[in-house]
Amino acid sequence: MRVHQFDVVVVGAGGAGLMAALYASKKATTAVVSKLYPSRSHTGTAQGGIGAALGNLEEDHPEWHAFDTVKGSDYLGDQDAIEFMCSEAVRAVYELEHMGLPFSRTPDGRIDQRPFGGHTNNITGKPVRRSCYAADRTGHMILQTLYQQCIKNNVTFFNEFQVLDLILVNGVAQGIVAIELATGEIHVFHANAVILATGGHGRIWKITSNAYAMTGDGIAIALRRGIPAEDMEFFQFHPTGIYKLGILITEGVRGEGGVLINGQGERFMERYAPRVKDLASRDVVSRAMYLELREGRGVDGKDYLHLDVRPETVNKFAALDGRTRPDGSPYRVTTEELLAKLPDIIDFCRTYLGIDPIQQPIPVQPTAHYAMGGIPTNRFGEVVIDEKNRVLPGLYAAGETACVSVHGANRLGTNSLLDLIVFGKYAGLSAAEYACQTQFQTLPKDVADFALEQLDSLRRCKGEGERASTIAEEMREVMMEHVGVFRTAEGMEQALKKLRELKERYRNLKLDDCGKVFNTELLNAWELGNLLDLALVTTASALARKESRGAHAREDYPKRDDKNWLKHTLAWLKENGEVKLRYKPVVITKYPPKERSY
Amino acid sequence: MEVKVKILRFNPEADKRPHYQTFCVDAEPTDRVLDLLEKIKGYQDGSLAFRRSCAHGICGSDAMRINGMNRLACKTLVKDLGRGTIVVEPLLGLPLIKDLIVDMDPFFEHYESVMPYLVNDEPPPLKERLQSPEERARFDDTTKCILCAACTTACPSFWSNGRYVGPAAIVNAHRFIFDSRDRAAAERLRILSNQFGVYRCHTIFNCTLACPREIQITKAIGEVKKAIATGSLE
Ligand SMILES: Cc1cc2nc3c(=O)[nH]c(=O)nc-3n(C[C@H](O)[C@H](O)[C@H](O)COP(=O)(O)OP(=O)(O)OC[C@H]3O[C@@H](n4cnc5c(N)ncnc54)[C@H](O)[C@@H]3O)c2cc1C
Ligand code: SF4
Ligand code: FES
Repeated sequence: MRVHQFDVVVVGAGGAGLMAALYASKKATTAVVSKLYPSRSHTGTAQGGIGAALGNLEEDHPEWHAFDTVKGSDYLGDQDAIEFMCSEAVRAVYELEHMGLPFSRTPDGRIDQRPFGGHTNNITGKPVRRSCYAADRTGHMILQTLYQQCIKNNVTFFNEFQVLDLILVNGVAQGIVAIELATGEIHVFHANAVILATGGHGRIWKITSNAYAMTGDGIAIALRRGIPAEDMEFFQFHPTGIYKLGILITEGVRGEGGVLINGQGERFMERYAPRVKDLASRDVVSRAMYLELREGRGVDGKDYLHLDVRPETVNKFAALDGRTRPDGSPYRVTTEELLAKLPDIIDFCRTYLGIDPIQQPIPVQPTAHYAMGGIPTNRFGEVVIDEKNRVLPGLYAAGETACVSVHGANRLGTNSLLDLIVFGKYAGLSAAEYACQTQFQTLPKDVADFALEQLDSLRRCKGEGERASTIAEEMREVMMEHVGVFRTAEGMEQALKKLRELKERYRNLKLDDCGKVFNTELLNAWELGNLLDLALVTTASALARKESRGAHAREDYPKRDDKNWLKHTLAWLKENGEVKLRYKPVVITKYPPKERSY
Repeated sequence: MEVKVKILRFNPEADKRPHYQTFCVDAEPTDRVLDLLEKIKGYQDGSLAFRRSCAHGICGSDAMRINGMNRLACKTLVKDLGRGTIVVEPLLGLPLIKDLIVDMDPFFEHYESVMPYLVNDEPPPLKERLQSPEERARFDDTTKCILCAACTTACPSFWSNGRYVGPAAIVNAHRFIFDSRDRAAAERLRILSNQFGVYRCHTIFNCTLACPREIQITKAIGEVKKAIATGSLE
């Protein structure tokens, strides 16, 4: 076992972790510990853009952005945090540009912007160009730029180190326990502040846009240390995943004028969201798609729909909608323009589907995409552990793993990248400031024991046991079926029962690899344990919430119920697998809850 | 259909040297090679070690040799590999650790050596720095790099001397040298003109063929060579 000491340890090297590290390292000794090389983080796959009311192409205001975000959240987002994020957004985007991010440009050399779902001109209700983008590779450029800046500023990285446990001494965070993948050696990072930035957990579901590595480690580790998870029932299904594969097709495709078409050749979103149509909020579009499929209006009788971005289709509907360019001329696209704005999307379709989206429509279905819920924090990134928002000293969280909550019941596109940059920064600043004025406590001798026990209980090689992959497959199936876009009490009860059975079976795994070096089988099995815990907490939280709001749509309770349910869920996972639920109020500043239509 | 996958295995805790092992896997023609590896790991031999994350060609984790060519396992479909056995081996030129996993640290050290970050100490404007679409297009191709190492580990010059910075590092230097906002081109060109820099490139084109992002690597290296020779970025 090796022990390191830093003022601040950041867990995770995606957009949130790197931004936190950049800011923390200005003041305090900082280490980033990541199970992937930073450039492999899932932030790199983000496509469409980062939201900020720069107003480079048309009138826009941070207040409009804030209102859209509140409305998008179905009024569950905390409005103080949302206002803060949207007003910081403009500065955050300029800061990224100054760091070197190669945004796409307008003819006059400014950052280009495109429309995105749910982002509107608050006066006309029409889509507004707010998403700042770099072709369809915005996340790649953000991740690369932040990583480059970390290299420039000599940030210390421990790459391919997987964090297994959080160290709490006398109720205060004092570091983390990690395993070095290349050697199997255990490392203890003693630190006065820990920032968890481990990303999402979309691997719970069968069809997902999420990478293999998105197993919710940070939330699971926190739950095991008695920290609650907030609003876990709210998980976003993105409307346009590639059929069967789940690979994401950015909403930017619809921003550029692409439309969804059902098996009867109808642009069905006109019926569900007459004003913004295909650019309604994601929860609205995903539900519409499910309903179309359920009514038998899939393409060729199958369970997919078409996303059509062929220039002739785009131009036809743009003319019908009367869509114009910023200079007032009619909006028309050419093949060249689409090739320049959506190069990666076109490449994905060619590679994985063998089709050319310039000539053929893309088969799509909703795909599990984004965790609105996570480790509860305030807007300084401090982790808060009860209904009264009591701070756990020394512990911070940022990015998809955290729940501030700015996304409430449904996140708007482009707001996650924004969340990473804004709250990553503030988590880094607050952590460094706190760490520098805090004394290290003595670590107990058995500090690594809990992590080691978890691995040892999995490592019981040989024996009869069962393979982790069969358990994982059954979990993903049951979650897709019963805790997906639409939910009922009956289905979720079945899912709970199944998850408890899987958790039982999980105690008796068979592993082939007994080695130390890159024992990825062992660590994948540990990650499966995390997914099972999060699936359980998600389902229990969802079953208890007897209303429909944002991404949580109950067929047995189809209406939003502000009287009883305008509140955040806090879920604790007990050692015996029981989930304890409590609730805390939503912060409302300027925007009283209203009915939500697009 | 059933596919045979022949994998170069090496367990540093048990084996003296690498050896091949063949697995039979049930596959669809549209399966990715990564899917096959996952099936083998999940249902036949859990000890098989490889890196992967995004599964759609964006994170750069799973570059490996597939039928002798450097490719991403997640971007290579079974149907594009012909009928025979699929041979999967680790990248060449980086130290082998286990099965398909090689030590990436030397690769990232070369990357870091070329100042792969924007340098500009002039006080930034209140808003964005302006850059015309043409200026932005000048370095677009090299912004696409995902640091997968397919190019560098396909390069005979790199195989023969691992101190050569390699094509990936040059691509990432190019990305900043030709960015109108950057001010450190001269310094990067100086670094790349040393004995382990661009002149190790003998225009063999292996890198360009290997690149899963279809970056015109040899062209980019040529532009850097020219900038060094002429002292101008035109
Ligand atoms: C395909 C796709 C497209 C998207 N497009 C957009 C978009 O256009 N706009 C937008 O706003 N949002 C978008 N999103 C959402 C957004 O990209 C993500 O929510 C965001 O990037 C998450 O960033 P993060 O820093 O929180 O986590 P990640 O980038 O996922 O990073 C997590 C980090 O944690 C590390 N880690 C995890 N577990 C451990 C552990 N146990 N020990 C050590 N390290 C660990 C990983 O190595 C990694 O470095 C998209 C998401 C997807 C999947
Ligand atoms: S240039 Fe291409 S092959 Fe080389 S590291 Fe970058 S993406 Fe990979
Ligand atoms: S797994 Fe990400 S590039 Fe292949």
